[in-house]
Amino acid sequence: MSDYIHPYRDAEFVLNELVELDRLCADAGLSDVNGELVSAILAEAGKLGSEVLAPLNRTGDTLGVRLGESGVEETPGFADVYRQFQEGGWPSLTAAEAFGGQGLPNVVGTAVNEIWHSANLAFALCPMLTQGAIESIAHHGSDMLKGSYLPRLVSGEWTGTMNLTEPDAGSDLAAVKTKAVPQGDHYLITGQKIFITWGDHQMTENIAHLVLARLPDAPFGVKGISLFIVPKFLPDREGRFTVRNDVACVSLEHKLGIHGSPTCVMSFGDKEGAVGYLVGEPHKGLAYMFTMMNHARQAVGLQGLSVAERAYQQALPYAKERLQGTNKDGSRFSIIKFPDVRRMLLQMKASNEAMRALALVAAAETDRAHGADAARHQGRVELLTPIVKGWLTELAQEVTALGIQIHGGMGFIEETGAAQHYRDARILTIYEGTTGIQALDLVGRKTLANQGALLADLLEEIGETLQQLEAGGERFAVQANALRNALEAGREARRFLLDNAARDPSLAGSVSVDFLLLFGYLSGGWLLGKSALRAQALLNAGGGDARFLNAKLVTSRFYAEHLLPRTGALLAAIKAGSASIMALDEDQF
Amino acid sequence: MKILVTVKRVIDYNVKVRVKPDHSDVDLANVKMAMNPFCEIAVEEAVRLKEAGLATEILAVSVGPKACQEQIRTALALGADRGIHIETEDFPESLEVARLLAKVVEAERPELIITGKQSIDSDNNQTGQMLAALLDLPQGTFASALKLADGRVEVTREIDGGLQTLSLSLPAVVTTDLRLNEPRYASLPNIMKAKKKPLEVRTPAELGVQPRAHTRLLKVEAPAERKGGIKVASIDELVEKLKNEAKVI
Repeated sequence: MSDYIHPYRDAEFVLNELVELDRLCADAGLSDVNGELVSAILAEAGKLGSEVLAPLNRTGDTLGVRLGESGVEETPGFADVYRQFQEGGWPSLTAAEAFGGQGLPNVVGTAVNEIWHSANLAFALCPMLTQGAIESIAHHGSDMLKGSYLPRLVSGEWTGTMNLTEPDAGSDLAAVKTKAVPQGDHYLITGQKIFITWGDHQMTENIAHLVLARLPDAPFGVKGISLFIVPKFLPDREGRFTVRNDVACVSLEHKLGIHGSPTCVMSFGDKEGAVGYLVGEPHKGLAYMFTMMNHARQAVGLQGLSVAERAYQQALPYAKERLQGTNKDGSRFSIIKFPDVRRMLLQMKASNEAMRALALVAAAETDRAHGADAARHQGRVELLTPIVKGWLTELAQEVTALGIQIHGGMGFIEETGAAQHYRDARILTIYEGTTGIQALDLVGRKTLANQGALLADLLEEIGETLQQLEAGGERFAVQANALRNALEAGREARRFLLDNAARDPSLAGSVSVDFLLLFGYLSGGWLLGKSALRAQALLNAGGGDARFLNAKLVTSRFYAEHLLPRTGALLAAIKAGSASIMALDEDQF
Repeated sequence: MKILVTVKRVIDYNVKVRVKPDHSDVDLANVKMAMNPFCEIAVEEAVRLKEAGLATEILAVSVGPKACQEQIRTALALGADRGIHIETEDFPESLEVARLLAKVVEAERPELIITGKQSIDSDNNQTGQMLAALLDLPQGTFASALKLADGRVEVTREIDGGLQTLSLSLPAVVTTDLRLNEPRYASLPNIMKAKKKPLEVRTPAELGVQPRAHTRLLKVEAPAERKGGIKVASIDELVEKLKNEAKVI
């Protein structure tokens, strides 16, 4: 029996009851796609995840990766996992049919990606980056680039990478220094990129690097950055990709977690210059990156859920099996009988279910943003993206820490395996924009820039769910009261920010992370409240799995009692504003 | 050559089996179900024969409630060409399944029938043998290797103390053992295509069979919980306990 099993029941509950997948597919004209097909897809992905990806999760952690003669050598066994993953056609899931993709909705891709990231986070980063490369080429590449790169990336024959960061250009990409000089039909790229995930490996015969660089005539700052494709191998005269391009991994980082994922220092143009091809128009590279950002950030938020789910599955059997209490007759009982252990397990379970609901509901907004009422759905995507990325990954820190705590001393010992999830989770609040960056995005572009209109729309929808809970009477009283308070906290936080941001230039930045977390907890409470309503309706109708649905009601109640009230403390911190945060001189720190 | 494979819907091997509180049966309500692992091996073998150019059509058949169509779809995703679902209210006993399958075989005339050697739920290990008997066909059970040549099938069987190789005339019934092959995972494109493959639903009445019950399930009990072990001081004590307490020697 594998140590990871996809929680398909909860995923399908969210897809059917909260996302309303069948309607989403019908609206999108995908007559062939329905809950039944998605359930078959999730079942097979779950099998591959449990049986093929998951068993190598720990191997990746302990053996890691190394830099050898011919480049980066991935963890032994990963190449075989990749081969099976590729042969299964999984890289093609959401890609366009024109390039060999299956054209499935983003929300289905997200539900499947949860499996890969839970099973083996370090491995799953590789296809995740490939998906990013596919999107940028599909949206911005010329027909020629699309024709030569997309079919190979979609089939998984090649993988893709994103080369943005440089030693002096991290969160501030305006400082990118890598150069691109035109030469005939291509460009010669020189420079160094750091933190390049899966920048090199031997699993596929080629790798397509997407690279941000400056043209010689580029304007200063963010408006002077262009996007290029730099393949690891260039075509020879027969069109086979055998000619080594002037790009190489020159060093690997030693990291706290995700050891199975090579984090590379990439050097471009050490000799004659790396051959690259311009994607789209000059100087638009950063704008192109922004078009992919919602997807990439939501994908990292999803990783928060995935690693938290894995930590829960690690802690749960331990809590059931670990005998540490003695009955009066001398027999012993397992630690799950202790209220505090149950509290921790429920906190993990409730957090995970709230995260799954938000991740999938947000992913579905991306699909709906192509149909009727597109602007409203796109607005919701914009608003939810920093919340999904920021809140899910922050909550994952707590859930994976609880996973260790339940194990006691055994959790601190590496061989147990709980520690890996905690270490692996730690990167998630950092890459693809730190929590601080997400929070600035939320208070700035997503709130102040539209006078809080996007938030007002969300708050109104949460208000509708609150009314339904209130109409449910005594049965939902706990959820209704907690959601009412949290909703009021959300409204007040929004008003406070809108009223005071202009007066105090440090305010938005000072309160931004608390603001983000508040809306994260509120969104989780909203969707678990909605889940309770749906679960009860199913129970009343006598359908569904009563054990699962009754547990959902309890989990929703636990969340309302134990996690949703955090919004009150966050509101208090927000209303304290910037006063103490900005009060000390730098040398007083 | 047409191959008929049988697939049974059973409780997923990853699921911890629970007994109903009244001990009347195993609790299957809302439990994750999957294709019987030995049936997966049967499907895989048929698909390999087709890929090797030795078979032209694979027909997957399942007997049971409507939900069995999920397992037929899985077989179609793995490479079967079409499916037949014989819809019954419950899962009939082995002999009845064999009688229903016999009717399908008579109508479809496959040259090779591959079934799992047993299902992981009832563990009867009967259907393949009964089917062969009903149709008066040669049978090769517990196959760990299968070779088609010169209009015959050579079956290597796992038997006590070694391997036995039989050469059977066709048509024949072969039941699969664990080591025959390692089943593949269904690919995403094939899962999508499986939806469009033909799946025909038949009833026992249409096939002229009235399933009967030959046995009654009296009681199901969970295995006794394992009690803590003890250390023995000597070999003599161990032998004494094995003889008198465990009564196994």
